[in-house]
Amino acid sequence: MFFSWPFFFEVLIGGLLAGVMYSLVALGFVLIFKASGVFNFAQGAMVLFAALTLVGFINMGMPTAVAILITMAVMVALAYSIERVVLRPLVNQPPIILFMATIGITFFIDGFGQTLWGSDVYVLDIGIPTTPLFFGDILVNSFDLVAAAVAGLLVVVLAIFFQKTRVGRALRAVADDHQAAMSVGIPLRVIWVIVWSVAGLVALVAGIMWGSKLGVQFSLVLIALKALPVLILGGFTSIPGAIIGGLMIGAGEKLAEVFIGPFLAGAIEDWFAYMLALVVLLFRPQGLFGEKIIERV
Amino acid sequence: MIYREAGQFKTSYAADQGIFPIRLDRMGMVALLLIAYLAIPAVANHYWLVSILVPFLVFSMAAIGLNILTGYAGQLSLGTGGFMACGAFAAYKLATAFPDLHIIIVLLLSGTITAAVGVLFGLPSLRIKGFYLAVATLAAQFFLIWMFNKFGWFNNYSPSGVISAPPMHLFGDIYITGPQSSPLVKYLFLLTFVAIMALAAKNLTRCKIGRSWMAIRDMDIAAEIIGIRPLWAKLSAFAVSSFYIGIAGATWAFIYTGSVEALAFDINRSFQVLFMIIIGGLGSILGSFLGAGFIVLLPIFLNNAPGLVGWHIPVDMLAHLEFMIFGALIIFFLIVEPHGLARLWTVAKEKLRLWPFPH
Repeated sequence: MFFSWPFFFEVLIGGLLAGVMYSLVALGFVLIFKASGVFNFAQGAMVLFAALTLVGFINMGMPTAVAILITMAVMVALAYSIERVVLRPLVNQPPIILFMATIGITFFIDGFGQTLWGSDVYVLDIGIPTTPLFFGDILVNSFDLVAAAVAGLLVVVLAIFFQKTRVGRALRAVADDHQAAMSVGIPLRVIWVIVWSVAGLVALVAGIMWGSKLGVQFSLVLIALKALPVLILGGFTSIPGAIIGGLMIGAGEKLAEVFIGPFLAGAIEDWFAYMLALVVLLFRPQGLFGEKIIERV
Repeated sequence: MIYREAGQFKTSYAADQGIFPIRLDRMGMVALLLIAYLAIPAVANHYWLVSILVPFLVFSMAAIGLNILTGYAGQLSLGTGGFMACGAFAAYKLATAFPDLHIIIVLLLSGTITAAVGVLFGLPSLRIKGFYLAVATLAAQFFLIWMFNKFGWFNNYSPSGVISAPPMHLFGDIYITGPQSSPLVKYLFLLTFVAIMALAAKNLTRCKIGRSWMAIRDMDIAAEIIGIRPLWAKLSAFAVSSFYIGIAGATWAFIYTGSVEALAFDINRSFQVLFMIIIGGLGSILGSFLGAGFIVLLPIFLNNAPGLVGWHIPVDMLAHLEFMIFGALIIFFLIVEPHGLARLWTVAKEKLRLWPFPH
């Protein structure tokens, strides 16, 4: 393959911007893992569900803004029912059981969303421009730039929420130690509902971005699987980690596909992210930015 | 009144260490095998044999394999589908490269090859733990499926990427694979094979190596301190587990479906087997069978139940409903009995021992 720097940068920037989209999904995972220690496999399903619900309401003739508000309410309701039906009876179970439960939630939400809204591919258009832009010789899609801006905004809002607000401090307290947090009067159940709601709203944002890019369809769930190597690369507990992990995976994947792929029969995008994450884990078992794992007997 | 050990004296260490210490258990097991060998072939029709019993046995084998790794050794794996594909393609390459090889040898060798691959992908488990490892095993899943899909060598350059089992003899001129084979032969062969493998697995988990797996699962640092080598324990768990899963994949391709493509072993297959061991019971050989039976029968039941009571639901709607019910049932099971069906069986046996007295 002919190598040229502009082409390299074009691929790199395209990859970085695709990585931002992975980060959007990974953020939801990190939020829930930080605050409850639950590895929430259902985040991908929540992305699909949020997007399906939004499209459903828009197709019913609602203005976009109203539809978004109603979908937000639906995601909060979903968070509440997950806490009530699944998490509360499973308090104090080992993490693997909770992980399995979230796989159960994944199946349920997938089925529920499609029973409710059907399984067609929907077009979601909320007016994000998709014109190609040129910076010198380098081609960039303006949609990807909007996605990057949204992700950046989301991270800033989440950072402020976690660091500065009362609820955010309570969330961090719960993440550090459930029992200690409860003993100083933080209501665990309310906190869990809040965390899952926030994760649901992040899922809505991710769903809007992915849905406008690829159409709202079942395969969004598979894209969410790509968020997993992003997570382990960045560390399960780090919000900046999710962003940087996403950028690394996105860029690495696209560069590998374009420059190494042709020598390996192509389509190495399918597994490159996982292998990259695996190699990083061999040197840093807790991911790049995760909390150091301390084990005691 | 009948089910208790009182009055059953053991006169040797061997008797004391038996798998079924209570006489009624032994009789029950013999009865179960008699039903499986005599009664089921007599009454089962073609549909039952091909669509329920054979996949049940294949899945049981895979579930035993995953249960060894996840249930006994505590290493969460999402790569089952990849390892099943590895077994299937290894069996295919062996059977086509050496056409005279007996089917049993092909199966065992393909299991061995998968075990080697399993050890390779198990190496990170020495550094990575818990959910990080689970995600790392996804690398095995996606990489293996990609490899079998992309490189023609594995499917002998078939244009569709589908591998078909060549006709193979079991003994004499009785075919076990290919169009001339009868479902009954397949069922009886698999039944014998799975029964022997399950017995081996049960005994493995009761001996030194199985106990070292459980020690690693319960607390790996403490296990290391009392002298169990994590390297050996973890890698042997990966090897044995992959051996079983590889054979399950090979029997899937050769005996159950006859022809298969790599995509049949995608990530959903991994989840399916994972559900089996969760619903059946982590760390239980019996649970692997119960879970496999449950997961094989549930979709068939869900497909037929509305028709039986006179509802007519569109097919795509039914598929989504099936997803929903599946998810809901998993959550329900986890809440009611996180230790699975096998645990219910144990509880029932404990109750039976005391019956009719409450304590």
